[in-house]
Amino acid sequence: MLDWLIEPGLFANHSVDNALAVGAVVAVVSAVVGIFTVLRGQSFAGHALTDVATAGGAGAFLAGVAPLAGFIGGGVVGAAAMDVIGVQRVKGRDIATGVVLGAAMGLAALFLYLSTTHSSATGTTQLILFGSIFTVQSSTLPEVFVLSVAVLVVVAIIGRPLLLSSVSTELAFAKGVRLRAVGFVFMVVLAVSVGLSAIVIGSILSTALLIGPPASALKVVGRFGTGVAVAMALGVGATVLGVVLAYDSFYWFPSHRGLPVSFFVVVAVVVEFAVASALQRWRHSRTPTRPRVANAGDPIGWH
Amino acid sequence: MFSNYMANAWISGTIVAALAGAVGFFVVLRGASFPAHAIPNGAFAGAAGATLVGVDPLFGLVSFAVLAALGIGATSRRTRNDVATALSLVLMLALGAAFLTLSSDYEPAINALLFGEILGVSASEILPVLALGVLCLVALVLLFRPLVFTSVAPELAEARGLNATLIETIFLVVLALSTALTVPVVGALLTFSLMIGPPAAARLLSSRPGRAIALSVALALVTVWLSIAGSYTFNLPIGFFVGSIGAVMFLGARLWGAQRARRQQRVVA
Repeated sequence: MLDWLIEPGLFANHSVDNALAVGAVVAVVSAVVGIFTVLRGQSFAGHALTDVATAGGAGAFLAGVAPLAGFIGGGVVGAAAMDVIGVQRVKGRDIATGVVLGAAMGLAALFLYLSTTHSSATGTTQLILFGSIFTVQSSTLPEVFVLSVAVLVVVAIIGRPLLLSSVSTELAFAKGVRLRAVGFVFMVVLAVSVGLSAIVIGSILSTALLIGPPASALKVVGRFGTGVAVAMALGVGATVLGVVLAYDSFYWFPSHRGLPVSFFVVVAVVVEFAVASALQRWRHSRTPTRPRVANAGDPIGWH
Repeated sequence: MFSNYMANAWISGTIVAALAGAVGFFVVLRGASFPAHAIPNGAFAGAAGATLVGVDPLFGLVSFAVLAALGIGATSRRTRNDVATALSLVLMLALGAAFLTLSSDYEPAINALLFGEILGVSASEILPVLALGVLCLVALVLLFRPLVFTSVAPELAEARGLNATLIETIFLVVLALSTALTVPVVGALLTFSLMIGPPAAARLLSSRPGRAIALSVALALVTVWLSIAGSYTFNLPIGFFVGSIGAVMFLGARLWGAQRARRQQRVVA
């Protein structure tokens, strides 16, 4: 039935199996962390972390360490730096963040240049920036699983105060939630999850998996729990579709140059978001008096 | 460093720096750091697409940058949705990556587009770059008063009958054109840095618009000249120098401003 979609040999291919396993796990983690990111209005912070993670990944490649370590290390350092900038003052915060971003991209440029000229490795730039899920080694699978479980456990522990502080800062403060601590732990979790999705779709595109599926889910679902489930389904769907289409695309062009997985994942995520927006507008036009349950777009923390 | 083949690098770098310094002042003033961050990614996709179909890259750069600017203008008028903007940003980057994958596996080309290349503007392109650069500067001079007015006091400007939407659209197109010229030299990921770093530093150093613009242009020129010299001497990508010099300038201006504030406080006390 799905012959048109699934090319021969797809599931017999070992690297495709790896890619699907890693992709699905990372998509689930991104959906869970992403839904808080969207609720807190921290899309910009999430995007900023991806740029810092890029420098980390490129540096790790240059030093001969696994990119995953660099992505996550860079992201955590970036999260700490942004925490320092963020608490100082509100005024001029996005400019300061922008300057930090620029410096991080400059470092990434340096590291990538050095690793392309001083080693025989090719394709480093694409590998770091745009990801290469088919080259994920079986040996990194346990690391990915352990980190994913760790992120999910931490989110489960800080989940209630985090949700409360995301929806209403004042209420959370009145209930005795330590806002600063919860916010910082979340930034670290966000950095780790950005690092994980960087190995799937590349560091500068990991914003897509983080923001896209949760934002789409919040547009069509009002309840938090259902929203998380829908976001997971949308994220896993986009990732699996991306892997399958990228594998197929090898046969599309006479040159036998396959398109990158990240391209298909990003397109799938954007299409999901467009459909969800249209659905929301259509529903809204039918029941104009019903108030919206979740204000997904309201900025709470970061710009 | 000043040999014949480097002449292009110095000329195009100077044009680009003057332009980025001037446009960047308004980017910082209007808080338009998101468009300044997203439009270069559109330009990146355009250049990659032009390479794929075999058109002049400058054409791809200009058309995609302007399209991205108009798209951002249209969506931000309806809602200020950071989710939609973040997604369109990654979509443009992914498109650029796909175009490059299809056109060639030649890695230095990708690196040059993303992180800059001092020889990114060829001799035949100097004239169009100069013409477009002068056009943008003239537009900025003509728009100076309404731009400052709508940025500083939007309600008052509207009451005076200024068409804020039209001015915003023209500004975004000027921003897009400047981006298209800057991307080949500084790179798609660091054009943002050149448009934010020196102007933000200039604004910290002077609060008068005229003086701040002049300072911003001067700082941008110093940034680009030092970057070209550094890139040539150490044989490293120009983007690295632009990014770090911009950050150092901003940090320096901030420290200087903090010290001045402390001194003034002491005088008052």
